Amino acid sequence: MATDEMTVKARKQPEPKLTGAVHRSRPTLDRRYLPVLGTVVVLVLMLIIGGSRYDNFLSGRVMANLLINNSFLIVVAVGMTFVILTGGIDLSVGAVLALSTCISAWMFVHGWPAYVAIPAAILAGALIGWAVGVMVHVFEIQPFIATLAAMFLARGLCYVIAPESIPITDPTIVKLGTRWDLGGGWAITPSGVIALAVVVVAFVTLHYTRFGRTVYAIGGGEQSARLMGLPVARTKVLVYVISGTCAGLGGLLFAAFSSSGYSLTGVGMELDAIAAVVIGGTLLTGGSGFVLGSVLGVLVLGLIQTIITFEGTLSSWWTKIVIGALLLVFVILQRLLVVRRR
Amino acid sequence: MMTEPNTTPIVEMTGISISFPGVKALDGVDFRLLPGEVHALMGENGAGKSTLIKALTGVYGIDSGRIVVGGVDQVFAGPAEAQAAGISTVYQEVNLTDNLSVAENVMLGHEIRRFGLIDWHATRKAARTYLKALNLDIDPKSSLSSHSLAVQQLVAISRAMVVDARVLILDEPTSSLDSDEVARLFDVIRTLRDQGVAILFVSHFLEQIYAISDRITVLRNGSLVGEYTPAELPRVELVGKMIGRALEVLTELEGRSERAVVDRSGTPFMQAIGVGRRGSIEPFDLDIYPGEIVGLAGLLGSGRTELARLLYGADHADSGETLVSGQAVKLRNPRSGLAKSIVFSSESRKTEGIIGDLTVRENIVLGLQAERGWMRRVPRKKADDVVAQYIEALGVRPANPDAIAGNLSGGNQQKVLLARWLATAPKLLILDEPTRGIDVGAKAEIQKLVADLAAQGMAVVFISAELEEVLRLSHRIAVLRDRHKVAELVNSDDVTTDVVVDLIASGGTSA
Repeated sequence: MATDEMTVKARKQPEPKLTGAVHRSRPTLDRRYLPVLGTVVVLVLMLIIGGSRYDNFLSGRVMANLLINNSFLIVVAVGMTFVILTGGIDLSVGAVLALSTCISAWMFVHGWPAYVAIPAAILAGALIGWAVGVMVHVFEIQPFIATLAAMFLARGLCYVIAPESIPITDPTIVKLGTRWDLGGGWAITPSGVIALAVVVVAFVTLHYTRFGRTVYAIGGGEQSARLMGLPVARTKVLVYVISGTCAGLGGLLFAAFSSSGYSLTGVGMELDAIAAVVIGGTLLTGGSGFVLGSVLGVLVLGLIQTIITFEGTLSSWWTKIVIGALLLVFVILQRLLVVRRR
Repeated sequence: MMTEPNTTPIVEMTGISISFPGVKALDGVDFRLLPGEVHALMGENGAGKSTLIKALTGVYGIDSGRIVVGGVDQVFAGPAEAQAAGISTVYQEVNLTDNLSVAENVMLGHEIRRFGLIDWHATRKAARTYLKALNLDIDPKSSLSSHSLAVQQLVAISRAMVVDARVLILDEPTSSLDSDEVARLFDVIRTLRDQGVAILFVSHFLEQIYAISDRITVLRNGSLVGEYTPAELPRVELVGKMIGRALEVLTELEGRSERAVVDRSGTPFMQAIGVGRRGSIEPFDLDIYPGEIVGLAGLLGSGRTELARLLYGADHADSGETLVSGQAVKLRNPRSGLAKSIVFSSESRKTEGIIGDLTVRENIVLGLQAERGWMRRVPRKKADDVVAQYIEALGVRPANPDAIAGNLSGGNQQKVLLARWLATAPKLLILDEPTRGIDVGAKAEIQKLVADLAAQGMAVVFISAELEEVLRLSHRIAVLRDRHKVAELVNSDDVTTDVVVDLIASGGTSA
């Protein structure tokens, strides 16, 4: 034993190579932040371009609207981030969001109070998420297919509940859209506050809980995570529950925004959410990304729309073209990062 | 035969049996592990070592038998439960997540929390303590992927210690480490052993087994051969117990001193004149005659595989000329190689060779089918005949054409891969590391097979990182260094590994 310890000590000095990368010369930025940094650069560039081309672009009012008008998408994108971090995908969120608007609208029309209707709408999202999670984990169905099925199911249920658009007049929902003036044109709505709160909770969950770290570990390698003894099954089901819940909550925010429950709400919104997450620097293969990046991603999408509105003469389809181009650039950038890492 | 232990075993497995479709992986195996010992688990590929480990750690369920850990009957439903019972495993491929930091990998699932949230400061400090315990002085915040495999291996062991392991299983931890790193790992293992941890150690390297083990359990073909102390089991006997009958093959091959003289008077089967590819390998000349085994010797990254890929058409040359049987040919892709009866067995068995989800039969017939083109299906009768013939000739185990190839051991997968190409009756067989990662027995069988094929007139290019193996088999040896062919020598008894090593070191100038 004593001799063993001596040999251990004797070995200590002449082995610099085993200490790995610690002694790399200059302090470089952690690679993991590079994609998000790219998003920040794009966002700043767009603000500069917008600010230099149009009057009032950088006003408090425009910036506040950016957050307010996209609060539902922020919530949905946050849920999507959890799923994509594990290496999955959730195509059902747009339809689940619509279902949430329909359920709440239908319940209000039939005389249910807000304290029943609101939890019910959110719970519907959570339930669909749970069903998807079970399909993905227990029956090992590809997330793409499982969530596609959930998307059709939710969209179909919307038509069953609300064949026509149902107006929402419930005071609680209407209140979600009240503008609280913060001065200088800046304002915030309860919807915006909820969205920001969701972001904070998601951030803390991902970075300061064992569940959150397991999400990243699964994205890094599901097999490894399992062999490390992490609760892979529970975590994988839970991320879809979170995504479904976020979509349900997003539906309520959208209902406040549009004052109606309508079965055609949010068609293709899942793709906007995925685009926001990817532009926000999260790798589609999982394991790398930040929820704050997704928020930036939503803001980038929102800014594109704002710029095109300011331009006035451009068709709104240009939004899609710019988003598509940006998405392509970001995916290629990520690919380069991954290749360089190898 | 064995010394009676004076401590009670921490792990006692009795009568463990596990079956997979077409394979009986374990058949009534007994195994026990004492606290404070290093216990080596030995056996060929496919003997059941990994299966036994996975049974103990709850990755596989057992069909029958009993597992007692610390005096308690246990049925683990997964690695998490085994870990909770104090059994930690470090696998051959480091099973950590390289997207996270070192500290996180050590502490994942055991992070220190305050008020329900992770206290990163304390968690990193704890990680540093565990790393220090293994004399590993690295920044816990650094990314795991920034470290060498050896360091990652040690990080994995640090992680195993976090759960307060009473049993530490090391499954081939040394396969990708150099000798300094192995010595370092062994220091760690000894320290842990002296603290009373029971260590189960699996390795193919006999020297390492004798250097570190207190006891040895030998498995063969899913059955227990016996439990021994290293002192009572000389190396030769250990190998004999591991491989059974295959030992004779090995000695036969070792004894083969006379090398058949290759007739080099006619036209070579293949002639490469100034063939090269930028960034891959400098232009080289090489003649390969029928019945000749040409060995490629060189270090990893010296261009061995790259040279072989040009011969076969997997990459196309940007300079030089290739003649097959005296006629100039252009090899643009593997198909054109196959059309000239040139086949290539890749070094990455798993990704470029065996298709794990298909059966042995389907894997073997693939080569034939590729040669016929996909329009003309190989008739079932013919396929069955060919498959049966090669399973028999190469001794594929299990001898079941319907077994899923992915369930076979490495050595047997290699045989299936060989069978695939041999079924196309090639004239030139290029083997890239055919014996890597497979055990002594299967290795000897494959070497013998190659020698026999050459004796029947097949030209062979043989690539291996093991110089002894290249020297044993080859008639001629091409020496590569830094993507240059630096020398070519005719093999004789005067050519020893030292000669070749000198050539590699000097870059051929001394020859």
